[in-house]
Order: sequence, then C-alpha cells, then structure tokens
Amino acid sequence: MSTLELEQVSRWFGNVVAVNDVTMHLGPGVTGLLGPNGAGKSTLINMMAGFLPPSAGTVTLDGRPLQHDPEIYRDLGLVPEREEMYDAVSGWDFVLANARLHKLPDPKTAARRAIDTVEMAEAEDRDIRTYSKGMKQRIKMATAIVHDPTVLLLDEPFNGMDPRQRLHLMDLLHRLGDEGRTILFSSHILEEVEQVAGRIEVVVAGRHAASGDFREIRRLMTQRPHQYTIRSSNDRALAAAVIGEAGTSGVELVTDASGDEIVQVQATDFSAFVHALPRLASRHGIRLLEVRPADESLESVFSYLVAR
Amino acid sequence: MNATVALLTRRSLLGRTRTLVLLLLPMALLGLCALAQVLAALDDEFARELDGALAPDLLEAFGIAVLMPLLGLVTGTGSIGPEIDEGSIVYLLAKPVNRYSIVVTKLAVAIAVVVVFGVVPVAVAGVVLTGEVGSVAGAFAVGALAAGVAYSALFLMLAVVTRNAVVIGLIYALIWETLVGGLVPGAQALSVQQWSLAVVERVLGDSAVRLGVESAVGFTTGLVLLLVTTLGATAYAGWRLQRLRLNAET
Repeated sequence: MSTLELEQVSRWFGNVVAVNDVTMHLGPGVTGLLGPNGAGKSTLINMMAGFLPPSAGTVTLDGRPLQHDPEIYRDLGLVPEREEMYDAVSGWDFVLANARLHKLPDPKTAARRAIDTVEMAEAEDRDIRTYSKGMKQRIKMATAIVHDPTVLLLDEPFNGMDPRQRLHLMDLLHRLGDEGRTILFSSHILEEVEQVAGRIEVVVAGRHAASGDFREIRRLMTQRPHQYTIRSSNDRALAAAVIGEAGTSGVELVTDASGDEIVQVQATDFSAFVHALPRLASRHGIRLLEVRPADESLESVFSYLVAR
Repeated sequence: MNATVALLTRRSLLGRTRTLVLLLLPMALLGLCALAQVLAALDDEFARELDGALAPDLLEAFGIAVLMPLLGLVTGTGSIGPEIDEGSIVYLLAKPVNRYSIVVTKLAVAIAVVVVFGVVPVAVAGVVLTGEVGSVAGAFAVGALAAGVAYSALFLMLAVVTRNAVVIGLIYALIWETLVGGLVPGAQALSVQQWSLAVVERVLGDSAVRLGVESAVGFTTGLVLLLVTTLGATAYAGWRLQRLRLNAET
C-alpha cells in the first residue's frame, strides 16, 4: 500500500505555467487523470515519477521525496507516453533487462510472469522494432510491472490500442488496482477513464479542475448549461416559445457569419430541452431546419469545469 | 559498471546505421596506408621519406587528428545521446541504478568500440606504413588509445548536457583543434590531439625528434590534462544525468 501525495505543486517552464497549484492524494486503487491534450498531465506524471522537480510544492511517495533517489523505483513503475524503447533487442530481452536493472533475485521468472500478464509470449522473440503500436504498449506495460511495484504510473496507456487490447489493459488495471496497488493513468477521453477508474482527477490548463468518483464527474459534465444553435422557418416565434420552457435559461436572436438569422439557446436541463423542442415546434407550426449543439467539444466541457 | 546497461548500450550503438560509418573510417585509413606502400614500391625517394617522417606524419594527421575525434564523437555521443533524445533513457533511469555507474558503463562500451574501430586500425596502419611491428606503430596505438578515451568521455558528457552535442563536438574537433590549433599556438595547449601527441612523443623517446613528432605540450602536462578531462567529464556527466529532466511537453 502506497500513497502518492502532491502538495500545492506548480511547475513552470520559463514564463509558461504547465501545472498550477495542484494538490492530490493518490491511494490504492485506480485513479484516472483526465484532461485535454496539453493540460499538464504528462508534466504531472513526470513530477510524480521523480523526473521533473516541481517549481513549487512537494511530491512525496509514502512521505519520501522523489527527487534524486533511484531507490524509489523499487516501488514505482512507469509506462511513459513515448513509444521509443531499445529497438534492436527482442521483447523478451528487453523485459529481462528491465528485471535485471531492478536487481531482482530471479529476473527470468519475473520477466516470464510480466510477459505472460500482458500476453506477449507469442511475439517475445521478435525485435521490438517489428512490433505494432499496441504490442509496444504491452511490452512497455510489462517493463513497468516486472518488479511488482506498489505504485504504477501510466501516461496515455490506451493510445494506439485496438478495442480488444484496450479491454485487456482495462481488465489488467482493474486487477492490479484490486490487489491494492496505487495506479494512476492519464487520458483525454472521458469514456475511457470512467470504465477503469474508481476515482477521477480532472486537470485543465494546468489546474486541478475537479476530483471525485466518475458519477460525480459525469454529473458535472452533463448538467452544465448546454448551448444550441437553431435554424427554423420562424426564428422569432421559436425564440418566444422556447423561453417559456422550464429547462431554458436564455435565448438570443443573432445574425451569423453568412447573414442569416439564427436562434441561440442556453439550456440548463439537457434531456428536458431536447425532448421539449420538437413538441414546441410542431405546436407552433414551426419547421426546424437545423439544431446544433454549439459547445460539445471536450475542451468546452473542460473549460466549464474550470470556470465553475 | 552494469552488465545490463552495457548490453543495451552495445546493441543500440551497433544496431544503428552509424556502424557503417564506423567501419568506413578505419577502412579509409588502411586504404591510404596501402596506397603509400604501393607508391613506395614504385618510387625510391618516396620510400625513403616513408622510412623517415612521412609515416608518423600520416599516422598523426589521419589517425590521431581525424580518425580518433570522429570515432570518439560517434561513439561518445551515440552511447547516450539518442536515448536521451528519444526518451528511452527513462527505462534506465526508472531503476534503482546508480547514475554514475550508467555513465561509466556507457563510457566503457564507447571506449571498447573506439579500440576496435580506431586503436587497432591505427596500430595496423603503423605496421603497414613502417613495414615492421615496431615503436612507431606501438607509440601511435598508445596515443590513439589516450585520445580515444578522452574524446569518448568528452563527447559523452556533451551528449548528456546538450542535444546539439554532435554539432558542438564537430566544431570543437574540426574548427578548434584543427583550424585554430593549427594557426594559434596557444590554442594547441587546449587540445586532446596535442595531449595525445605528447604521449606518442614520450613513448617514441629519442627517435621522436628524428621522426618529427613534436607536441605543443610536455608529457606530464599532456597526461594530467587527459586524465583531468576524462575523469572530470565523466563525473560531470553522471551528475547531470542524476538531474536529467524528462518532460514530454517541451
């Protein structure tokens, strides 16, 4: 059982702030680190892995500082985001080399177990340079678990995996988490995170935007105000009808770039609004030409969480 | 020293296309020596020169001054630079392994490659040029080894410190040592080439003058500077590796 603690951690590069005052306590089980690309997830993981000193604040593993202490890697496994390994060696040789570097008493047995766990026994004798993305990802995973660490950090581990490999890795993370290991993996895909992680930490633009179990995060994300852009046969009449609905908090008539008039609606209750809209339109004899959610991108969901 | 680090370093160093370049360099040196022997067989005067100062001149100009810095550059930077650039160094660093032992091991592998592709060819070139297994071949082999060790350590350190190690190394070897060192006498005192030549001069002993081998620095100075450079560069490389920052987003 290990606890990874970040206390008021910030990291800046020149005058760019990559991580801004983040406090997180990671205990046993699987935690998902969710955020859009460039949010600072890799910077956080590099600091947790002891490869980047925080500009301010502290990162500790069971109370031990992570900097300049190679001994912490006996308890910590890391799956880096980058794909490059040692291309000119076979998968087996590479995992075995990792076991030896950990100075394990029986490196061969450890390497065997790690390779079997990630189901790479069949291709283990081939050079790493011949592997597909998904196979490389699995060998990376094997090198990270070969020494049976209590803490496992994975940077975008699902990248480049096909659905079957994804399921297999999700399964494996579940299992490792259930065994009482502290596991953190990063991802920019909510669905991916909520299938595996009991707990989710959301970072946006270097800030710790939200924290909790996935239902809570899901609720925050779905119950935010939704923006819609609507074109219809009678915009003004539609606007008047829409504002009378309970789930609507704002309506605006605007002229878009091509000079057409459109209706912009802000709805607080997502499902109530999408059910009410067709009913309203038919009651007032208005034809709906286009209904488009205006802000469904992941970035806007995240920025809502930050602005909250 | 760490056997596993050595294995991985050897595989990645020799597994690259640079190996071809590594082979070309000594081949060129030996080809040149063979050509000199052919010329000597055709021309008596050339043969006399080859017996005198020409053989050491060739060994100095192509062995010590060209082959060794280029080999040291390829192997010194190649033993750690690509791993740092690609990020695969993380597999060595995320281990309970002393950082200095990683550097020392990588240096040992680099030196071994330099011996095979540089020191041995220089010795063979000496034998071919002089027609005997004698003091000239021996002295230049020792000098080449001294140069190879120092260049490898220096360029390995550069590769840990900067991603532009190859360019900076080339500028040092070609511009500073060859060009500036050839024109400005003071600059010669700060050059691995001259320090190694001091070693050659000492091993040759009295015949050094007759053969025209003369270093810009004395033997003791040269040896001390070689040792300080090698040990200092290695220690600094280890220290920097301990503090190496990995960040995917910059």
